[in-house]
Amino acid sequence: MDLSSQSHTAATCPVSLTINGEKRSFDLHPWVSLLDLLRGQLELTGTKKGCDHGQCGACTVMIDGERMNSCLKLAVSLDGAEITTIEGLGTPDNLHPMQKAFLEHDAYQCGYCTPGQICSAVALVKEGHAHERHEIREQMSGNLCRCGAYTNIADAIEEVMAADKAAPVREAAE
Amino acid sequence: MRHFSYTRAETVSEAVAALASDPQAQILAGGTNLVDLMKYDVAKPGSIIDINKLPLKQIDELPNGGLRIGALVSNTTVAYDPRVQERYPLLSSAILAGASPQLRNAATTGGNLLQRTRCYYFYDPSTPCNKREPGSGCSAIGGINRIHAILGASEDCIATHPSDMCVALAALSAVVEVEGPQGKRDIPFADFHRLPGDRPESDNTLAQGEMVVAVRLEGNHFAGHHTYLKLRDRLSYAFALVSVAAAMEVSDGKIVELRVALGGVAHKPWRDMLAETEFAGQPAEEVTFRHIAQRLLAGAKGQGQNDFKIPLAEKVIVRALKQAASGRPQVQSVKAIQ
Amino acid sequence: MFNSSKVVGLPLSRIDGPLKVTGTAGYAAEYSAPDMLHGYVVCSTVATGTITKIDTSAAEAFPGVVKIYTYENRPKAAWRDSKWKDEVALPGHPLRPLNNDRILFDGQPVALVVADSFEAARDAAALVQVTYEAGEPHTDLAREQGDSYVPPVPRMQAFMPPKPRGDSEAAFAQAPHQISAEYTIEGEHHNPMELFATTAIRHEDGSYLIHDKSQGSQNSHDYICNIFSLDPETVVVRNSYVGGAFGSGLRPKHQLFFAVMASLDLKRSVRVEMSRQEMFYLTWRPTSIQTVSLAADDKGHLQSVMHHALHATSRYEDYQENVANWSGLAYKCDNVTISYEIAKLDVPTPGDMRAPGAATGITALETAMDELAYEVGIDPLELRVINFIHRDQNTDKDLTSKALHACYREGAERFGWSERSHEPRSMREGNELIGWGVATGIWEAQMSPAEAKVRLSSDGKLTVSAAASDIGTGTYTILGQLAAEAFDLSLSDVTVKIGDSSLPKTTVEGGSWTAASSGTAVQVAAKMVIATLLKAAQKIDNSPLAKATEEQVEVAEGRLVLETNHQVGIALSDIMAAAGLDEIEEHAKIEPDKSIQKKYSAYTHSAVFVEVRVDEELGQVRVTRVVDAVAAGRILNPKTARSQILGGVVMGIGMALHEEGMVDHRTGRIMNHNLAEYHVPAHADIEEIDVIFVEEDDDKASPIGVKGLGEIGIVGVAAAVSNAIFHATGSRIRSFPITIDKVLGATALESETLQ
Repeated sequence: MDLSSQSHTAATCPVSLTINGEKRSFDLHPWVSLLDLLRGQLELTGTKKGCDHGQCGACTVMIDGERMNSCLKLAVSLDGAEITTIEGLGTPDNLHPMQKAFLEHDAYQCGYCTPGQICSAVALVKEGHAHERHEIREQMSGNLCRCGAYTNIADAIEEVMAADKAAPVREAAE
Repeated sequence: MRHFSYTRAETVSEAVAALASDPQAQILAGGTNLVDLMKYDVAKPGSIIDINKLPLKQIDELPNGGLRIGALVSNTTVAYDPRVQERYPLLSSAILAGASPQLRNAATTGGNLLQRTRCYYFYDPSTPCNKREPGSGCSAIGGINRIHAILGASEDCIATHPSDMCVALAALSAVVEVEGPQGKRDIPFADFHRLPGDRPESDNTLAQGEMVVAVRLEGNHFAGHHTYLKLRDRLSYAFALVSVAAAMEVSDGKIVELRVALGGVAHKPWRDMLAETEFAGQPAEEVTFRHIAQRLLAGAKGQGQNDFKIPLAEKVIVRALKQAASGRPQVQSVKAIQ
Repeated sequence: MFNSSKVVGLPLSRIDGPLKVTGTAGYAAEYSAPDMLHGYVVCSTVATGTITKIDTSAAEAFPGVVKIYTYENRPKAAWRDSKWKDEVALPGHPLRPLNNDRILFDGQPVALVVADSFEAARDAAALVQVTYEAGEPHTDLAREQGDSYVPPVPRMQAFMPPKPRGDSEAAFAQAPHQISAEYTIEGEHHNPMELFATTAIRHEDGSYLIHDKSQGSQNSHDYICNIFSLDPETVVVRNSYVGGAFGSGLRPKHQLFFAVMASLDLKRSVRVEMSRQEMFYLTWRPTSIQTVSLAADDKGHLQSVMHHALHATSRYEDYQENVANWSGLAYKCDNVTISYEIAKLDVPTPGDMRAPGAATGITALETAMDELAYEVGIDPLELRVINFIHRDQNTDKDLTSKALHACYREGAERFGWSERSHEPRSMREGNELIGWGVATGIWEAQMSPAEAKVRLSSDGKLTVSAAASDIGTGTYTILGQLAAEAFDLSLSDVTVKIGDSSLPKTTVEGGSWTAASSGTAVQVAAKMVIATLLKAAQKIDNSPLAKATEEQVEVAEGRLVLETNHQVGIALSDIMAAAGLDEIEEHAKIEPDKSIQKKYSAYTHSAVFVEVRVDEELGQVRVTRVVDAVAAGRILNPKTARSQILGGVVMGIGMALHEEGMVDHRTGRIMNHNLAEYHVPAHADIEEIDVIFVEEDDDKASPIGVKGLGEIGIVGVAAAVSNAIFHATGSRIRSFPITIDKVLGATALESETLQ
C-alpha cells in the first residue's frame, strides 16, 4: 500500500532524515516537532527551545541548507530532508569559523540563544544577501538575544564575512 | 495540541479530495502559522494533509509578461527571485519587511495568504473570540486593542490581517488561483480576503475543499515608482501597526495610475479602487497624497487604544506616496524612513 | 595595588565558551534519565476567585498520561510557612502550588499533568477542564493607588526611605526653579531565553540529582529539602549553565516543586519545562508610579528633592525594592523627602529584575533632572556636575570611591557631547530629528558572605570550587582568572567547578555581588594554599624560605619564591613531594568587612549618553548611538565586563521603548504573553554601543577591588533615551515604554503649541 496516501490516527509515521550527515529512520507521531525530536529522542540538545512558536529563533537549524525554526516543523513533514544542527557545525575541539568568531567576540553571555544565532549566522553568510552591518542586523533579527550580545554578534559575523570573501568558509559537515 | 491523522498528498486532486471530504481537515505547507496555532490549541484540525510534495514550487513566466507563483514557493524564494525583484520590487520589499529570514524560508506563498490574525484574544483560547469560537463574543472590543482594525471592522470582530506580502499583492491586483472539488477558479485578490461582518470565523472566500495553488501577477509599470513602508513597535521581527504598499505610474508630474493598499488596519489588505481611479491625472505632490490618505481613511474608527493608528496611517500613506512618486522606495534593512 | 596582573584584567575569552558555541553546555532541561516522565503545568485563566470544579477525566484518558495533580490530590508538603521560605523570600506567605482552591493571580498553576512524553503531557494538559468562580480583578495600579501602604515589614531596612532632611517643602516653594512630574513605568517581564525547567533524576536509593534553572543551586536545594523533609545529604542540585535569568531565578520557581513532588510520588525521574506563556506568570518588574519634585537656584544647585514611589505587589507577599532612596544620595541636596509605598493587586508577586528599584527609580529621577536642566536653562550634563557629591547623604557616610566625574568627562568626550546644541528640535537629518540625552546611573557595590575551595595538584593544575552560579555573567572565567593569577598559571591550567549545591556555600547570584564575594573567597583560598605550601617548604632541610613570612612569598613559574628575589625559592612539585602531598586544598570563608561597611557606602556609577533619531512626522524612534561610561572599580576581564554592560544597555533600551506586559484589567489577564507581542529589542533595534570603564581604585568596596557589573549597565539608560527623545522632539514623555503612539501624541501637541 502506498504509505504516502495512508492516514495515521494516533499511529506513527515512517520518516527518514539525514541529520548532521547521518541518515536516520524513525517512526514518529505526526505531532512531534523537529525541535522536540532533536532535543528529546535524539538528545541533540544544542538546538534550543526558547518559545516553541517561531518567535525567538533559538531553535534555528538548517533544513536542506536553509535556516528555519525547527519548533514549527512537524518532523513527519520533512521526510527525506537534510538537517544540520549546531552539533553538525563543529565541536569544542574543532570549532567552525563562526563558532570561533563568536567565542573571540564574546558574542553570547548565557549561551542559550547562541546555537540558533550561529546557525542563523552561518546561513546568512551563505545566503549572500547581507553585506553591510545594517543588513546583518536586519537579517539576524529573527534571533532574539535577551543578554543583549547583538553588537558582538554583528562583529563576529562581519569578521567571518570578511574572511569568507578571501577564502570561502568550509561547508557544514556533510 | 490535539491529536490528528496525517496524510501526505501526492497530487493536487488528492489533496483537494481529502480536504473536501473532511471539514476537520487542514492543509499543512510551511507550517509557520498552522503549527503555531495548533500548539496554542487555537487550530484543532482532525486531520492534516501535508502538501509539501505537490508540484507547486515553480515561478513561471506568463505570456503577458506576468508571473505565476506556485503556492509552495517560499517567501524567500519569491523575494529574491530576479524576475520578481525586477518586475515587482514592491512585492519583494513587502516580503522582506515581514517576519524573519527563518520564517520566510519556511513560509509559503499560499500559506501567507491564509495566515490568521495576531489578535491577542484569538490566540488565547481562554478568552471569548468570535473568530475562534463563533458566538462567544469579541474580547478585543473594550480590551487590549492597540494592534486592531480601524477600517471595516464589525461589532463582532476588530481583528486585522497580519500579512505584509498580501498588502503588496493587493496593490498589484494579483489573482489567486484555487482548485476545489468543482475544479479550478480564479479569485481577484480584492475578493480573496473578506471583512469580518457577522462571520469573522471566515478570513477568506475559499469554499469548502478549495486550496490555493498559485498566485498570478499581471505585467505592470510600477517598478520605478513604488514602496512598502511599515511602522511597528520594534524595528524588525514585529507585525505592522500600519503598513502601506504604494505604486504609481507618473508622467509629467501627474499620477497616471495609482495603487495604494494598507496593512495592519483591517481584516484584509485595505484598498479603495474607486478612489485610486479618481486621483488619476492629479499632480503627484503632497497635497494630493494627503487627499488620497484622507479618502482611504474615510470612516476610520478607533477602538480606544488604537485611535493613534488613524493619524499615523494618514501620515504613513503620505510618506509612502512621496517615496513612490520620487522613485525612492524604502529599503527594509534601512531603518531611517526616507 | 593590582598592577602586576598577568591573567586578571585581560580580555580573555570565556572558559565555558567552547561548550556554549557548540551547544554542548547542558541546561536544566537537557539531562535525562531512564524512564523519565514529563510534567506540564496547567495555569489559571482568571486572576482572582476560586476553583469550583476540575475535570481531569479526558486528560487522564489521554494516551501516555500517568497522573494528574490538582489541589485535591496534591501530595503532602510542609505545613509551616517558614519551611516554604527560600533564601531570598519576602515578607508574606510564599506561594504553595496546588495548595487550595483559591486563585490569587492570572496564570497561577492549577494542575500538573505527568505523562510519559513531553507531547502527551502538553496535549493532555489542554484537556484539563477547570471551572472558576471568578472574582472582580484588581490589576490596574493607577486605580488602586488609594489603597497603597508603607510595607509594615521591611524586606531590608535599607529599602526604607531615609529620614527626611531639611525642609524640602519650604525649600521647594522658595526656589526660583521648580519641576514636579509623575512618571509611570509599565510592568516588565524578565524573559530569559531559556525556559524555566527542572530535571529531577531519582537514583535507585532514593537520592536525587536535580538540574534546576536557578540563580542559586543551594537555595533550590534547601527549599526543596525543607518542603519535602528530604535528607539534605541525599539531594544535589545543579545549575551548571543558566540560560539567562536577570533576577527571575533568584527564588525557586514552581517547576522545581512540581518535578520533585511528582518524582517523590511516582518514584520516577521527572522533568518539568515551562512554556513561554507560563514564563509571564512567574514574576515581573512591577508597574510603578512615581512623583519627583526638584527645585534649584539660578545656578542649578539643588534646593529640594522630593520623590514618592509606588509600585505593585501581590495579594500574598510584600515585594519591595529600593526605588526612590537613590534620589537622596545621587546629588548634593540638604532638603530631601523620600517616600515609598506598595499596593496589592491580583498579580503574581513581583521580583527583582536587573537593577531592581534603581532601574525604575533612577529613570524617574534622571528624567526629572533633565527637566530641571531645561527649567534652569543649563546643560543637562553640567547640572549633574554642579550637584556632584562625594558622600552618601542618606546614611551620612563617606564613599569607598566615586569616579563619576571621570565617567562624565570620558563619556562626554567619546560621545561628542560638546557639539550638542541645547535647544530641543535643533538637530536634524533628513526626516529625522536628532536628540542627545544623558543620565547618571548608580547601583550598590555589594558583598555577601561566600566560600570557595582552591586545590593545587601535584601536576601543578588548580581546581576552584564554589556553589556560585554563572548566569551569563562570566563567573566561571573570572574565578579561574583569580586563581590562575595567584599561582602564576594560565587560565587553561585551572578547572572551575560551580553550579552545584554540594560545593562551598555561596548565596544566590544577584545584586552584582558574585565577583566581589566569590572572587574574594577564591583569592583567600589561594593564599591559604600558598601558606600551606610555605609551611611545607619550611620543613625541608636548609629551606631557602625558612625565615619567609606569608606576606613575603608568591608563586612564580611553578616555584614558591620570595617576592623580592625570585631566585630564592623552591619548586612547588618539590615542596609537595617532600611533604608527601598529592594535592593541597584549602577552604576559605569570607564575609564583608563590617568595620568598613560601618564607615563607608559603596556604589558603582555610570554616565549614559544616548543619541536617538525620531521621525518627525511618523514618530518612529531609533537609538543610534550609546556611550556608557562606567566606574565599577577593578575590571577582572574587560571582555566579559563589557558584555555585561552591553546587555544592560540593551535591556534599558527595551525598557525605554518596547517592554510592557499588557493586562486586560477587565479580566486581570496579561494578553501579550509571548515573544511576538511582548517586544524585547531585536538585532535591528541595536546599533552602536560604546562601553568605557574609567579608572577607579577602590580597596574598600571589596578586598579584590571589584564592585560588580550585572546591574549598572541598565541604570539610567531609559532616562537617557527619554531625555534624548525630548531633546529631539521637544516633547517630554513620562510614560514608559515610549511607544510610537505616545511619541505621536506628544509631538502632535508640541506642534500645536508651536503653531
